[in-house]
Amino acid sequence: MNKINLIAGALGLALAFAGTAHAAGEGVNPPRQNWSFAGPFGSFDRAQLQRGFKIYRESCSSCHSLNKVYFRNLSQPGGPEFSPGQVQALAAEYKIKDGPNESGEMFERSGRPSDRLPSPFPNEQAAAAANGGKAPPDLSIMAKARTFTRGFPWFITDVFTQYTENGPDYVRAVITGYEDPPAGFTVPDGGNYNKYYPGHVIAMPKPISDGQIEYPKTPDGRPQVPETAEQYARDVTAFLMWTAEPHLEQRKRMGFAVMVFLAVFGGLLYFTKKKIWARVGGDPVAMHHPHQSH
Amino acid sequence: MSDHPTTYVPQSALAKWFESRLPVMGLLHSSFVAFPVPRNLNYFWTFGAVLFFMLISQIVTGIVLAMHYTPHADYAFQSVEHIMRDVNYGWLLRYLHANGASMFFVAVYIHIFRGLYYGSYKAPREVLWILGVIILLLMMATAFMGYVLPWGQMSFWGATVITNLFSAIPVVGEGIVHFLWGGFSVGNPTLNRFFSLHYLLPFMILGVAMLHVWALHVPGNNNPTGVPIKSGKDAVPFHPYMTVKDAFSLVLFLILFSWFVFYMPNYLGHADNYIPANPSVTPAHIVPEWYFLPFYAILRAIPDKLGGVIAMFASIAILAFLPWLDTSKVRSAAYRPLYRIFSWVFVLCAIGLGYLGAMPAEGGYVIASRLLTAYYFAHFLIIIPLLGLFETPKPLPNSIVESVLGKAGSGSGLPTGAAAEPQTKG
Repeated sequence: MNKINLIAGALGLALAFAGTAHAAGEGVNPPRQNWSFAGPFGSFDRAQLQRGFKIYRESCSSCHSLNKVYFRNLSQPGGPEFSPGQVQALAAEYKIKDGPNESGEMFERSGRPSDRLPSPFPNEQAAAAANGGKAPPDLSIMAKARTFTRGFPWFITDVFTQYTENGPDYVRAVITGYEDPPAGFTVPDGGNYNKYYPGHVIAMPKPISDGQIEYPKTPDGRPQVPETAEQYARDVTAFLMWTAEPHLEQRKRMGFAVMVFLAVFGGLLYFTKKKIWARVGGDPVAMHHPHQSH
Repeated sequence: MSDHPTTYVPQSALAKWFESRLPVMGLLHSSFVAFPVPRNLNYFWTFGAVLFFMLISQIVTGIVLAMHYTPHADYAFQSVEHIMRDVNYGWLLRYLHANGASMFFVAVYIHIFRGLYYGSYKAPREVLWILGVIILLLMMATAFMGYVLPWGQMSFWGATVITNLFSAIPVVGEGIVHFLWGGFSVGNPTLNRFFSLHYLLPFMILGVAMLHVWALHVPGNNNPTGVPIKSGKDAVPFHPYMTVKDAFSLVLFLILFSWFVFYMPNYLGHADNYIPANPSVTPAHIVPEWYFLPFYAILRAIPDKLGGVIAMFASIAILAFLPWLDTSKVRSAAYRPLYRIFSWVFVLCAIGLGYLGAMPAEGGYVIASRLLTAYYFAHFLIIIPLLGLFETPKPLPNSIVESVLGKAGSGSGLPTGAAAEPQTKG
């Protein structure tokens, strides 16, 4: 056991400076997307999050749980912001197992906003048994639990450009990354070829196709955005970014206030310091006119 | 924090009453108000204050996080997500704490480099320096155990790999590892004891840090010239001169800190740690936090397991011997043309090791790691002892004032060299 662990450690030593999950050459780097939540002033697109929830509900949720999310979250500020009434009605559509009651029996009741989103399988073993031996992962923090190696020098420039959307870029790429394997590449039984998945063989079959989900219509009867797999992937990825980081908007807003405060405070301190040090002729570097010292 | 008579004069009757019974205000006054510091300290000398702030910040955020965290293998991950989602400003506390650890190391590495470059470890500051090395070791242990607490994949597997290092010790190694684990693999008992120790060690750091400040206040600060304070004209009182300078520096540091906390809070962590710990699935790559990477590279550079472990610990322990390895009569690299170059080469070596620590242990990376590891030790064991013997230092200024004003400026009526008045501080 010890040997194995040590070897695992000794072999598994690669990882770029921060938050990288696989070494170069294992996958193809996902194309970079424009996300509304990127950058210092980023925020979620409510309509997109609502569409993303629809995708999750009508497609992903047949296999994947979202068990860190409560129905009530769906109406909280900074998220899809459904109305509390909508959330109440939505929760009521679900049957939740509760109990035990006073007579010791488990019972079913309709959902409430304070319930978690129910999982598609009663337990992990059931999920694994129904999915070829491996349970589909929970999606609540998927957008932060996956990434890809950016490599030198990008891991340095990313600090300055605030590129932190590796996770969403990867998730969107995997959802749309199904294609025919290149000649000579054998996909094992129960696997599917995916351009962006590390190693290219993914257990999940192609999750979504053009026209599969109906989107809300504009007054002229057309969907607000195209009903394509590409658009579905973007919308559900944005939704999963929100489930992974529900306070993202608050964080960035507060960050701006903190930065402004620190810049002003730092400026005041700089001039205060200059004035105080002028008593002994200024800072050492510029100290040419000594008066008194202590 | 020294035995010098204080200049503090209690104003009110109550203050007089109190001071005659416990002279703590006088102690604080002589340590952080009247304390004379060299007037030529540059911004490298502000990192002590930054580090003190970071330690307090980590303790405060950590105590509040502990109120919401559950140290149990079945609930730890869930409770961290509860903090992130449901606790008021829990996301802020956790991101401050997680990124605070990184910032703590940024500041401490700069602080250590300052000591290396300006020879702050040399007599009479050896004990001060060794206390600093002890703080570094305690910080590393604390940071490592803290990273285990979220009980994600990297927490679990990092803990597994690092605790397994102790199995390299002959005869008793296996027993020590089982003792650390509290079982036969990393599990709930391991998490429990790591949580307990993670809560304890910061207060030990605080205690050693106080000794560190005490040991500093006996000889006083080193300075960029390495020449000690000779007269009152060389020094300024700590307050307001250093307080305002430290405060300004701290605000700049907080801007960097906030940049990560508010805009890229997960950049310095690993995505794998958002996957709950799973003993039956090994992550593709197990890598420590960035601040451990140079030491990790040294660990892997040695082909032998026990040798690697020894080299890794030796790479930190060797710092404690530096006061006696350095044979130079001159402290500051500013007057040591060769040491100045070698100290920057050493920085490049450490960064190179950090990069290699993040790369796979294969091919050219291994060779490079071995070369840089050899250089790392050669810097302390060969270069530093020999430099002191063969290097010709530049002439030192007679005093701090002279270095600040130059020889020409010293003609303006300020005495140089000989002390014009008794030191306010020994």
